[in-house]
Amino acid sequence: MKPPQFDYHAPGSIEEAVTLLGSYGGDAKVLAGGQSLIPVLNFRLARPGVLIDINRIGALSFIREADGGVAIGATTRQRMIEGSDIVGRRAPLLADATRLIGHLPIRTRGTIGGSLSHADPAAEDPAVVTALDATMVALSKRGERRVPASGFFRSLLTTALEPDELLVRIEFPPTPAGTGTAFVEISRRHGDFALAGVAAQVTLAGDRASEVRLAACGAGPGPIRLAAAEKIVRDGGASAASIEAAAAAAAAGVEPTSDVHASAAYRRDLVRAMTRRALERAVARAAGGTR
Amino acid sequence: MTAPRKITLTINGTVRSAEAEPRMLLADFIRETLGLTGTHVGCEHGVCGACTIIVNGEAQRSCLAFAVQADGATITTIEGLAASDRMHPLQKLFHECHALQCGFCTPGMLAAALDLVGSHDRLTTEEIRTGMSAVICRCTGYDGIMRAVTAYADQLGKLAPAKG
Repeated sequence: MKPPQFDYHAPGSIEEAVTLLGSYGGDAKVLAGGQSLIPVLNFRLARPGVLIDINRIGALSFIREADGGVAIGATTRQRMIEGSDIVGRRAPLLADATRLIGHLPIRTRGTIGGSLSHADPAAEDPAVVTALDATMVALSKRGERRVPASGFFRSLLTTALEPDELLVRIEFPPTPAGTGTAFVEISRRHGDFALAGVAAQVTLAGDRASEVRLAACGAGPGPIRLAAAEKIVRDGGASAASIEAAAAAAAAGVEPTSDVHASAAYRRDLVRAMTRRALERAVARAAGGTR
Repeated sequence: MTAPRKITLTINGTVRSAEAEPRMLLADFIRETLGLTGTHVGCEHGVCGACTIIVNGEAQRSCLAFAVQADGATITTIEGLAASDRMHPLQKLFHECHALQCGFCTPGMLAAALDLVGSHDRLTTEEIRTGMSAVICRCTGYDGIMRAVTAYADQLGKLAPAKG
């Protein structure tokens, strides 16, 4: 099918975009990379009265080192993130995950801010920001608001963004020395939505795992921080037994549903297997110094 | 604001201008307004890849962008690959390797392959396999496509040696 009619605005500045959002609010949808929104429009699953296209706002596309971590503009393309040396060094988990998003022609257009605002429960970016507890920075006429990942994803396809708020950048915390990361997922074909996936970041200090960060996608209405599994590895170290126990705890802590692609029980078992694989890989990378 | 807007872009080396409603997809603008029907429309939600074209040097789905967004862009479609009667080297390899049967996916396959090989210094066969999964072919089983794209990467000196 073809998209329904809409009023189209392509502001050239962040201020202009925020003013437009302030006046249209709930009637408007923000068009970033469009790799999720345009299919929705093509199938007429949504009929927004107004589309605010933020692709012409150069100030929303950047990757820069900030406070030891990295700040990324909302319309930065996934393809740019994938190839970024800064992201590879400062947020290696994001680099790992981005390679698994759709296909190269999708990542040419797809943006990090679009993926986070869309909040598909199977998507990679929401799991990454959840694992790392990154900060989403939203802007409206009322001012700037900083929302940690733990408070950003509310439910299926729903975030804490108000109708007049624009996600402008994402701030990732520093990655400590001695850290390894891995993002692993299972999908029927490369590029399909993951049936389930797990993001892992482990920091080793001698025999101890001083910091462990885990989050799952495809295993509930939104990304899920696997806190119980994190604690097991933090307290028990990165031994095979500890990783196996963490994987079991991860599976127990998710709320997957059944659909045409996979049953809830299968998804739960995938979370167990993906947690084990992600932890093993992250630990190996941390030990080998390859991140 | 739903009124047609003027769009000017460079397509296959020619500057073209035409009007389009904001809701018109780039794929439909190319096919129906500009009359370049080599770009095919399959699923209209970014999954099949038949509509893949090259915009400003990078492959993208033309069903997942609006024509107004391509104002000022430089685009290459399947019609822009051959030089007069001489096939592009990748087209020639598709022909020689039997990399197509019905041909519906081929314009998208070529765009995806050109970007994949063009944007990498070095590619393993596994990376080519993953990269070519960006476009769905339901005729060939991909063997001929893999042979053609692998041979193309090899021609350009970009094929990583197989692990021994």
